[in-house]
Amino acid sequence: MTEQQASRAEYWKTNLRIIGWCMAIWAIVSLGFGIILVQPLNAIEIAGYKLGFWFAQQGAIYTFIALIFFYAWRMNKLDRQYDVYEE
Amino acid sequence: MDLQTLSFIVVGATFAIYIGIAIWAKAGSTSEFYVAGKGVNPVANGMATAADWMSAASFISMAGLIAFLGYGGGAYLMGWTGGYVLMALLLAPYLRKFGKFTVPEFIGDRFYSRTARVVAVISLLAMSITYVIGQMRGVGIAFSNILQVDLTVGLVSGMVIVFIYAVFGGMKGITYTQIAQYVIMIFAYTVPAIFISLQLTGNPLPQLGLGSTVEDGRYLLQALDQTLVDLGFAAYTSVGANMTQMNMFLLTISLMIGTAGLPHVIVRFFTVPRIRDARKSAGWALVFIAILYTTAPAVGAMAMWNLLNTVQPGEIGTEEGNLRFEDKPDWMERWERTGLLTFEDKNQDGRIQYYNDRNPEFAAMAEEEWGWEGNEITRIDRDIMVLANPEIAGLPNWVIALVAAGGIAAALSTAAGLLLAISSAISHDLLKGTFTPNISQKGELLAARISMAGAILLAGYLGLNPPGFAAEVVALAFGLAAASLFPTLMMGIFFKKMNKEGAIAGMLAGLGTTLLYIFIFKGWFFFPQTAMLPDNPEGWILGINPTGFGVIGAVINFAVAYAVSKVTAPPPEHIQHLVESVRVPRAD
Repeated sequence: MTEQQASRAEYWKTNLRIIGWCMAIWAIVSLGFGIILVQPLNAIEIAGYKLGFWFAQQGAIYTFIALIFFYAWRMNKLDRQYDVYEE
Repeated sequence: MDLQTLSFIVVGATFAIYIGIAIWAKAGSTSEFYVAGKGVNPVANGMATAADWMSAASFISMAGLIAFLGYGGGAYLMGWTGGYVLMALLLAPYLRKFGKFTVPEFIGDRFYSRTARVVAVISLLAMSITYVIGQMRGVGIAFSNILQVDLTVGLVSGMVIVFIYAVFGGMKGITYTQIAQYVIMIFAYTVPAIFISLQLTGNPLPQLGLGSTVEDGRYLLQALDQTLVDLGFAAYTSVGANMTQMNMFLLTISLMIGTAGLPHVIVRFFTVPRIRDARKSAGWALVFIAILYTTAPAVGAMAMWNLLNTVQPGEIGTEEGNLRFEDKPDWMERWERTGLLTFEDKNQDGRIQYYNDRNPEFAAMAEEEWGWEGNEITRIDRDIMVLANPEIAGLPNWVIALVAAGGIAAALSTAAGLLLAISSAISHDLLKGTFTPNISQKGELLAARISMAGAILLAGYLGLNPPGFAAEVVALAFGLAAASLFPTLMMGIFFKKMNKEGAIAGMLAGLGTTLLYIFIFKGWFFFPQTAMLPDNPEGWILGINPTGFGVIGAVINFAVAYAVSKVTAPPPEHIQHLVESVRVPRAD
């Protein structure tokens, strides 16, 4: 394996790890908090919102936006680090 | 000025804008026609994607759906937004790096197979055509209901407008028109929502208003829960009342995967200049979508609250508690004329009772104690919730006119995106890619325009003569996208050793099982009399609703593809290199 190939493989591995974390959060806020854990979370009320209900109808969406921008920012950093950043 | 004149002026003005843009953004090359020359700013692309994605269903139907589903409506909210995370993380940057024009083109090249490309084209055409029927229908309904013109007139004027900017401008014209349509759509959606939120809760932000208190000091959601329970319904925030938790789970994830696999949305990420723009652009798209999607639950809950309080202004069970038929507000009278809202005074007391008469215990009690003999709102179409909203809140006529223009913008922008996906699949994937590879750029451009015009005519015809199953097939479109395109695209990027045999077998298996499951309950090719099992929780296999089957089809696709690829030859060397180069933004 050449040096460049090794660096590319490492870049890809790091990318997969970042994706893995983001996807975990993606699933936890929507399928987890919004559906599976909705009953226990509904016991908590913030203002007029039951928390589980809030995740299913509001919170998951806000988290999705944050995740996509986080991923874009993190990948730009990674691209620079591995010198594959586009001009 | 009367409502109709005002509506004509507002809708006419928006059409003038679209035509102006068409003249300014004429496509000169195939690259401009298919992907707007890859020169669209990521924020602008995000806005266009949002308009492309949010259809008449999001604009008109979703809030009404949520109003009657309560908590379960979250499946649509999370499903239709969560798909963007999948798209941004798993597809968009890599497909942009691949740098071609269409989704089937990627599948054909990556799996070095014309067969794979043709299978992808077939799935694309099946889902895009079914999806576009609903949009043309939406255009027709918006015209005929709100502008009081004949459905045909409305549909034809919609077709002419799309024809002008889509046939001449291609993706370039569509993109810039969609930006204008987004602005009109979001303005039309949020203005009435803000007014209603202010009226009910004193909070101008509907997202916060939903968690605020109403006049009597109770929280809106609590008060809504209480009133619904008092009328024999399930509480608004109750879990599992209208949809089992398992079906909500399956539906949410199927809609997520389906969204990520819709070719007319994916192709939007081909239009930005760089890979990092594709990543960011998905985020912007979701921001613009979320403005509507986080407002919708407030619109739904508040519309339900307004409805209950209109019909049941006083204490439940007292004679004075219910609205008298002669006191019905104007908006009820107006929607009654369309047949979408109907009443029947079953106990002849001259007052309207709206309650859950399918709750046997409650119905028996109500009959004995109060003399109620059945629910007297015999039909209330969910789609009127958003359209009637400004009237319910007593907003001025220009807001009502604006909602009409917004509904038309939502339907037109999605229709245009779908029509482009259809025409490029025909001209680029079938003609240039398969049957006449030597076609010149000019010839291909002409073919693209002709197939676009043909697609518009077909969509218009189907909009006028909709097959009876138009509503069901939208679920099918998502099921197909989830079960066929998404897994194949993802494996093309993430499994370097995935070969053509695996991809084709997987696509066919995912597609086949999903179609089979839907047909068993909805009837073969949607002829209801051929259904083999009843389409209700008793008939569903393991209680799985066919609309949520997409994710299971996707799992089958993955499993079959993996198994087949293990026992067949790995992809050739140059394909493995292609995958490696797709994975990095700047490869030498």
